[in-house]
Amino acid sequence: MDASNPMIPQPRKVKRVIRETHDTFTLCVEPEIHEQEKLFKPGQFNMLYAFGVGEVPISFSGDPGKPNLCHHTIRNVGTVTRALANLKAGDMVGVRGPFGSAWPVKESRGNDIVIIAGGIGLAPLRPAIYALLEERDQFGEIVLLYGARTQEDLLFTKEFETWRGKYGVQVRVTIDSAGPNWKGNVGVVTTLFPGVRFDPANTVAMICGPEVMMRFAVIELKNCGTAEKNIHVTMERNMKCAIGFCGHCQFGPAFICKDGPVFSFAEISPFFGIREI
Amino acid sequence: MSEQVVLERNDLNGLFTVLQGQGYTVIGPTLQDGAIVYDELTSDKDLPEGWTDEQDGGIYRLKKRSDKALFGYVVGPYTWKRFLDPPEKRLWQAKREGNDFRIIPENEPPPKYAFLGVRSCEIHALAIQDRVFLEGDYRNTSYEKRREAALIIGVQCVQAGGTCFCVSVNTGPRAESGFDLALTEILEEDRHYFVVETGTDQGAKIIDGLKVQPAKETEVAEADNRISHAAKNMGRKLNTEGVRDLLVQNHDHARWDEVANRCLSCANCTMVCPTCFCSTVEDVTDITGEHAERWQKQDSCFTMDFSYLHGGSVRASTRSQYRQWLTHKLATWIDQFDESGCTGCGRCITWCPVAIDLTEEVEAIRKSSSLESVVQSDKER
Repeated sequence: MDASNPMIPQPRKVKRVIRETHDTFTLCVEPEIHEQEKLFKPGQFNMLYAFGVGEVPISFSGDPGKPNLCHHTIRNVGTVTRALANLKAGDMVGVRGPFGSAWPVKESRGNDIVIIAGGIGLAPLRPAIYALLEERDQFGEIVLLYGARTQEDLLFTKEFETWRGKYGVQVRVTIDSAGPNWKGNVGVVTTLFPGVRFDPANTVAMICGPEVMMRFAVIELKNCGTAEKNIHVTMERNMKCAIGFCGHCQFGPAFICKDGPVFSFAEISPFFGIREI
Repeated sequence: MSEQVVLERNDLNGLFTVLQGQGYTVIGPTLQDGAIVYDELTSDKDLPEGWTDEQDGGIYRLKKRSDKALFGYVVGPYTWKRFLDPPEKRLWQAKREGNDFRIIPENEPPPKYAFLGVRSCEIHALAIQDRVFLEGDYRNTSYEKRREAALIIGVQCVQAGGTCFCVSVNTGPRAESGFDLALTEILEEDRHYFVVETGTDQGAKIIDGLKVQPAKETEVAEADNRISHAAKNMGRKLNTEGVRDLLVQNHDHARWDEVANRCLSCANCTMVCPTCFCSTVEDVTDITGEHAERWQKQDSCFTMDFSYLHGGSVRASTRSQYRQWLTHKLATWIDQFDESGCTGCGRCITWCPVAIDLTEEVEAIRKSSSLESVVQSDKER
């Protein structure tokens, strides 16, 4: 990104495209030349520009310890994401970033970690998972509770066994609507709590998903005894500039682009859940 | 402030000559389409001599004055932001080159503007926009270049408009700083002159080229008098006591429904507000698809597109749009920038087609707030 003008995208090459699910794909983009100087932090995002079509904020979904490729996992839902979905290896994408706040990974050393994700919400959390596993011995229990609409919507499932087996992560998965072949849990993500081992008073939680899911996840954690300040959520709003100038992403007093997207729940609880805020 | 000087009315055009000689484009008040707006001026003849304005909620009328005052009115529908952060500007162009594409940034040299007739509330508005665009982690480089190049020639208000309330928000009527020069216009029976204050070295250099006399004590006192007169005749007042908590905590107040019944969500208030800074971007291509551009355009929190997310608008109701605008302007702006976003200029009241008055809205919420803390702070006052 042009440091003197943060509104100018930098064209970068798409090295690989991974088809994750029927509507979700990952763009693996070559890093900025001087990327070493400003590695992204888990939770941060880039603005991705599809030539002539437009720009959207997309979180990093790859390993922050392996900056040779920038991963962005995207659901094909709108005009710009459809254009991004049409990109092939060798095509160019415009990139501005990285922007925004980060999951408190290092700050959470010594604690149990509960990660709760809904649908594509697992993508912005995956860099945090990689960072946690990179120094696995620094943390107590690590829990991942993951919910999606259907079995076909589950992301990154191939990695779950590694996370379980090699790193002892308690990975629990549920879906809203199951087909005949599904033998796992059915129901909302909060139904996964019973039987999960973690010490709520010494837990840092990281949540990303639809607001309604986050609301119930926060209630559940607070009922268990986890303090609001140790619960972190990501917020999403319409965003144009990513640097606090366009005004679109305001959520109460916060600019989600620069004060967020990751917030401690204690920071935003007065505004969370107010209709049309 | 260095000592003040006096410039006679008949020598005012010298100011234009000096500014033009220094390469400035002079922007100032002029008559257009039945209003006093800001546009390019070539000489003092372009100023609205002998005109004044009558303003109230939803009302703006020009009237002839009985004298030949050049600045005998208050603020109109335009603000200086249209020159510093234009309502439409191209951010960059892009050219496809095979599989690749190249971004071509805008590299136009910034225009060199001399703003003539900037009022105290507007000088505060410039400072508020500076905070938004220049004092965070990122800088709005286009705004920065225009702002740095701009010369600010203030005019002290000697009369107040029907919707003015700068006194109650501490932004006027006297401009104390933030200008290169500031003029106070004085009309007497047989004399018409300006008392001129110098705010910067740049301003002093302009003075050097003008035909001026040192101001006498009586002339300075007369200028002060007239500014005090404006201070005593404010059309409105806004009670800002505890207003941050008042609005934030009353997000469920019935008054929001009441105001939504009147509000047309036309966005006029955001267009005329000197501090509203929201923008959107539009990506366009030519017919070949080889050439793309991104344009930044003024936007408003009163549109449905503004909060569009995942197939719907977060703030779809007029109630929530008005609440967002007012709460941001008077309350959450304080969280964001340590100051209010309101300068008391009254434009949003004047230019509201249905005369919604934010000072009234705040009072209505204050009077019927069910929140203990807010009622308490009101009582203590």
